[in-house]
Amino acid sequence: MTVTINHFLIVSFLLFTIGLFGVLVRRNFLTVLMSVELMMNAVNLNLVAFSKRLSSLTGQVFSVFVITIAAGEAAIGLALTISLFRQRKTLNIEEADTMQG
Amino acid sequence: MTGSVATGGVLLTGGAGWAFAVFAVLALAMAVAVVVAKNPVHSALFLLASFLLVACLFILVQAEFVGAVQILVYAGGIMVLFLFVIMLVHQRMVVGVKAFQHQWDLALLFLLVFLVPFLYILGTEKFPDIAQNPDAFRMIGTRVVGNTQAVAWSLYRDYLLPFEVASVFLLVAMIGAVVLGKRSAEKVD
Repeated sequence: MTVTINHFLIVSFLLFTIGLFGVLVRRNFLTVLMSVELMMNAVNLNLVAFSKRLSSLTGQVFSVFVITIAAGEAAIGLALTISLFRQRKTLNIEEADTMQG
Repeated sequence: MTGSVATGGVLLTGGAGWAFAVFAVLALAMAVAVVVAKNPVHSALFLLASFLLVACLFILVQAEFVGAVQILVYAGGIMVLFLFVIMLVHQRMVVGVKAFQHQWDLALLFLLVFLVPFLYILGTEKFPDIAQNPDAFRMIGTRVVGNTQAVAWSLYRDYLLPFEVASVFLLVAMIGAVVLGKRSAEKVD
């Protein structure tokens, strides 16, 4: 089977879309965070595929930075999760609606 | 110049191509399971499987360092953090509570909007035809070394400032996490 950049783009697009769907529809805050991680992973796949396609290392270096950002984002997000749970005793994001207009 | 057009865009062939297909389909299935699973522990384990399969894809295209970092940081670090927090908040699994919001069908429709420009770009965009260099990921100048050494060379020579900024970012994230986790502990009544 011959794989071109288009196959990588399709896989990456589907991963990103699944992650975006999870962010939009899940009620559990933890699962929303996991979906964000899925989206970041899809972006990494894109970067590495184009790095291979263009015979350049820049995409790989950039994806290492993306992984760094994902680690920071996960740390902050999980701290927010604990903070939310302490105040509301729930992780349902539909109940955290104090600032709703 | 035009002779390399035929082979320029091919990234994987033969058995590696089929391995790509298997890993990609499994990774997508695991990603769907992450979003659909009701229990967050199951979601976390499916997410771990998805990360490992994507790491396999990285290694398939000879980005070994990124694949290793993916396993170490994502599968090793972030997933342990997730599982710790799941255990910490020990959610009661309430029977009958829906996992999805009531507008999930609208969200699905919204995603289709993204599909149109994606397919359009996929059909019309011609990516530049650059002759593939099989050793591009393991070269420093003209020397052939390992992928890790080549990435390190690029990271510390060409991208030193972003690297330092990333360290500041991690410090800020750490302080932020400590402050967020500590705040409500102070006003325990």
